[in-house]
Amino acid sequence: MSQDFRLDNVGMVNREKKISFKFNGKKYFGFEGDTIASALIANGVHLVGRSFKYHRPRGFFGVGVDEPYAILQLDRNNERDPNIRATEQEIFEGLEVKSVNCWPSVNFDIGAINNFLKMFFPAGFYYKTFMWPPSFWYKIYEPFIRMAAGFGEASIKHDKERYEHKYEYCDLLITGSGPSGLASAYAAAKNGARVILAEDKPRFGGSLLTSDVNIGNQTGVEWTEKIIAELKSMPNVTVKNRSQVFGYYDHNMLVMSERISDHLPKTQKYLPKQRLWYIRANEVLISSGSIERPLVFGNNDTPGVMLSSAAKEYMKVYGVLVGKKPLIFTNNDSGYETAIEFKKNGVNPIILDTRSDPSSDIIAEAKNLNIEIKFSHVVVAAKGYKKVKSADIAKISDDKKELFNIENIECDCICVSGFWTPSIHLASQSGNKSKFNEKIDAFVPDKSKQKENTIGSANGIFTLEETIKDAFDKGFDVSNKITEKNNKVSVPTVVEKKSTDHDKFWCVPLPKGKSYKRFLDFQNDVAVSDIELALREGFRSIEHVKRYTTLGMATDQGKTSNLNGLQLVSDIENKVVPQVGHTTFRPPYTPVSIGAIVGREVGKHSKPTRKSPMHSWHEKNNAVFVDAGVWLRPRYYKQGNEGLFEASKREAKNVRQNVGVCDVTTLGKIDVKGPDAAEFLNRVYTNAWLKLPVGKARYGVMLREDGIVMDDGTTTRISKNHYHMTTTTAQAANVLSHLEYYLQLVWPELNVNVVSTTEQWAGAAIAGPNSRKLLMKLFPNLDVSNEGLPFMGYKEADLFGVPAKIYRISFSGELAYEINVESDNGYFMWEKIMEVGKEFQIQPYGTEALSTLRIEMGHVAGSELDGRTIPYDASLEGLVSKKKDFIGKRSLNRSAFTSTDREKLVGVVPIDKTTSIPEGSYIVKDPKAKLPNPKLGHVSASCWSVEHDNPFSLAIIKDGKNMIGQKLFAMSPLKNKTIPVEIVSSHYVDPEGKRVRS
Amino acid sequence: MLYINCPHCGLRSQNEFAYGGDATVKRPELNKEISDQEWDNFVYLRKSPRGKHLELWHHISGCRQWIKVERDTSTHEIFKTYKANEAIE
Repeated sequence: MSQDFRLDNVGMVNREKKISFKFNGKKYFGFEGDTIASALIANGVHLVGRSFKYHRPRGFFGVGVDEPYAILQLDRNNERDPNIRATEQEIFEGLEVKSVNCWPSVNFDIGAINNFLKMFFPAGFYYKTFMWPPSFWYKIYEPFIRMAAGFGEASIKHDKERYEHKYEYCDLLITGSGPSGLASAYAAAKNGARVILAEDKPRFGGSLLTSDVNIGNQTGVEWTEKIIAELKSMPNVTVKNRSQVFGYYDHNMLVMSERISDHLPKTQKYLPKQRLWYIRANEVLISSGSIERPLVFGNNDTPGVMLSSAAKEYMKVYGVLVGKKPLIFTNNDSGYETAIEFKKNGVNPIILDTRSDPSSDIIAEAKNLNIEIKFSHVVVAAKGYKKVKSADIAKISDDKKELFNIENIECDCICVSGFWTPSIHLASQSGNKSKFNEKIDAFVPDKSKQKENTIGSANGIFTLEETIKDAFDKGFDVSNKITEKNNKVSVPTVVEKKSTDHDKFWCVPLPKGKSYKRFLDFQNDVAVSDIELALREGFRSIEHVKRYTTLGMATDQGKTSNLNGLQLVSDIENKVVPQVGHTTFRPPYTPVSIGAIVGREVGKHSKPTRKSPMHSWHEKNNAVFVDAGVWLRPRYYKQGNEGLFEASKREAKNVRQNVGVCDVTTLGKIDVKGPDAAEFLNRVYTNAWLKLPVGKARYGVMLREDGIVMDDGTTTRISKNHYHMTTTTAQAANVLSHLEYYLQLVWPELNVNVVSTTEQWAGAAIAGPNSRKLLMKLFPNLDVSNEGLPFMGYKEADLFGVPAKIYRISFSGELAYEINVESDNGYFMWEKIMEVGKEFQIQPYGTEALSTLRIEMGHVAGSELDGRTIPYDASLEGLVSKKKDFIGKRSLNRSAFTSTDREKLVGVVPIDKTTSIPEGSYIVKDPKAKLPNPKLGHVSASCWSVEHDNPFSLAIIKDGKNMIGQKLFAMSPLKNKTIPVEIVSSHYVDPEGKRVRS
Repeated sequence: MLYINCPHCGLRSQNEFAYGGDATVKRPELNKEISDQEWDNFVYLRKSPRGKHLELWHHISGCRQWIKVERDTSTHEIFKTYKANEAIE
């Protein structure tokens, strides 16, 4: 298709570079610098989608972020990107986009039947239609709503693109590079401030790109280019285009999304697709400009009806005509600029001005150019289905209530201007309550809540002269506050033709006997009649009206619809707009891709991965790893065709029979040092610590103040004032914070310091009847006899030239030792243990075997210490001192915690000795009891006991201590299993604890 | 995201800190006989004021010091920050 609507030699696109792209499968051409919108319009394409509710044809309404219609789905590098605004997305070679909300095609859309059923889709139809019968929800209503909802489809594949996050600090962030943004950036930068100037479009200049003005004897475009070039050359300035500041958060933290590669066929090497900037700005100047307001009339959603400023920008920036028979419908001078631009390009527009007798330089110019102007005239309704073909126009009475002389005139586009709405979103997000400015009939920011000021038209200043002067002043003032410098630049002279006079009129009345849909919110299909209905049905608060009708709730967040909606509500309610108030502006100002928000923290990078110094050994020896907190731990070491079950059984059995070695580097380790360390531990742990001799370890349990077990572990007295504490892998960080809390805030008088040493030590647990024999070979010069190194003893020794610490502690219930060496020597230690251990049939064991061993021993771990159990429940009451006070002790006296039938730890064995009991099963008396079946407790951990060669589980059940010997049932509705079980002691192996002391 | 002036490190972003709750709560002394009510007040009951609130933050990814922050819970304005053992004005 040829570019019939492209003007010769007008605009800023690069005519040297032709670009082909596909829209709905059909190939089109545009130029470098075109957006999808401008390129399609150049090709005469105006039908790009279907509306959300009624599936009415949709064209282009705006030229930027405010676009409510032209939402497309993009395919790039085999990735799908939904919710792309055609007015923002630049074309690139090979781009493929398609329409959404239509099936089978945008031209013939079955859903358009909704348009003829519109009496069934009034405001709130969701709440009215999908009510009964309840059984319809799952199979009929929900799939229907899901199919109809949303704009496009997100990809379900992993997004291979890279997104980055960046943290930045500056003296002054300026959001928008229109006249006020440029002027203030220039003034502040010249005064030494570190400035970031952000522009969401590819081109800088904002309204200066399209308005016929003169600044310092230069055109707006020339002045922009000069200022930008100078700013870019300054080391204290960062200038960013394609960058939208979309959120204003606490303490002057703003977030900006930079589209780095979206306009390129492929993301460039070493560059991300998008970058999210977290900017902490000392001061912020909001120069986000204003958005033209639509005028409301019949069928004002027909493709070809668009904002007059958009029509002008398509001509001046892209060299594209939105129509060849334009009708300009305006209540202010802005429409005249567009009309003059048409005229200059050889097209004859007709202006309908709602005002009866306005005058300004620009109106005079239009008259001189012989442009046809009809004062006191309005568009009553647009005609045409997929594109405007004509318009019914009429003369309107001075009170704007009566229409006369309705006539039909031919046109192919209607450019509307209902004056301007400041973009106060960012100011509002910062906490700034807005106020209504009667002069411009719109809300503007009120008092600053954070360090922010709004300038230019975003602040309701609609003359260029005032804007420029104010922005130069603000830029200087703000920078002066920060830099305390006084380099003031002179303010250029400004020439502008249009006035700010406008008519307070936005909604054309319906002619008698007509029921045209007059749309307020173009993306969500909210018409005047919907608002009227909502008010009739009793909705009063604007927040309720919004939610009931969905006015302003779409992806454009009502950028073009909000004020007209408020105006309508206030008219019907006989209130003034400030009484109605406005809904809350929340970030993001424009849609932000989830990828940008997530950044690089995806997959493996979503959290750090910690590996022990022995990790590569485990890898080489077929370890299958498991996530343990942020650590990767070997779950089992695979031999041959073994699965988890066989391997862990083999490993656990080998510990019980010979000797095994387990990497316990991940255990949390905390050094506790200082003259009051013993006293501190005595307060932290439930048991007594004052008399622990040097060279001895002790098992301890610590509680939270509410009496719940927080963590357990052994702590060893290394020397008089030095203890080595171990915590569980999962709780290491919490325990350190907990200790620091008490030392810094509660008992600052204790002379103790704590520091994490988890990463400083590599640990290997050696367990099994052969472990002493192995130790004798590893440390030939050390007395490791039961007398020389008794249970809970501690020794320092030399491991083939490497200093090592030996703790005789056991998690498996076997004779066991834990050896720690400095992390760098971890691999060496591990290899030595394996090498020397060969003759004792040593095998490494993973976390699964570790679990098996501890479960059949009745040792509690995370699944029992689950944040709900007190020491009694976990059978740890023997460790609770009655003599001394400690953290959480007072809670243990509470009545619920002293009741005698509390749930308590027991062992569970299936009667058939073969069926494994799923973890999480409920223990019940009668599996056939009426639901809800009263539960006695739950199975916390299950294993295959290698000692008894049958399944064994731990459970925490009501009155557990009196339940031993009872025959009950374990039920797992999830696994659909009911297993007859017998309750036994939780100590299923070596109940007297002989082995650990042997 | 709040910008918290750590008295040890200077201005740092909130994501370096962990929140620690009401800083005015005082743990009952060890070995002191107290009623269930008093203990429950200490363990469970917290005020949730709108406005000024003296609260604990732990500079967990920084100096690891617990600090006290006087913050307005509705506007997030931070008036002053204190070291753990500093007297509160």
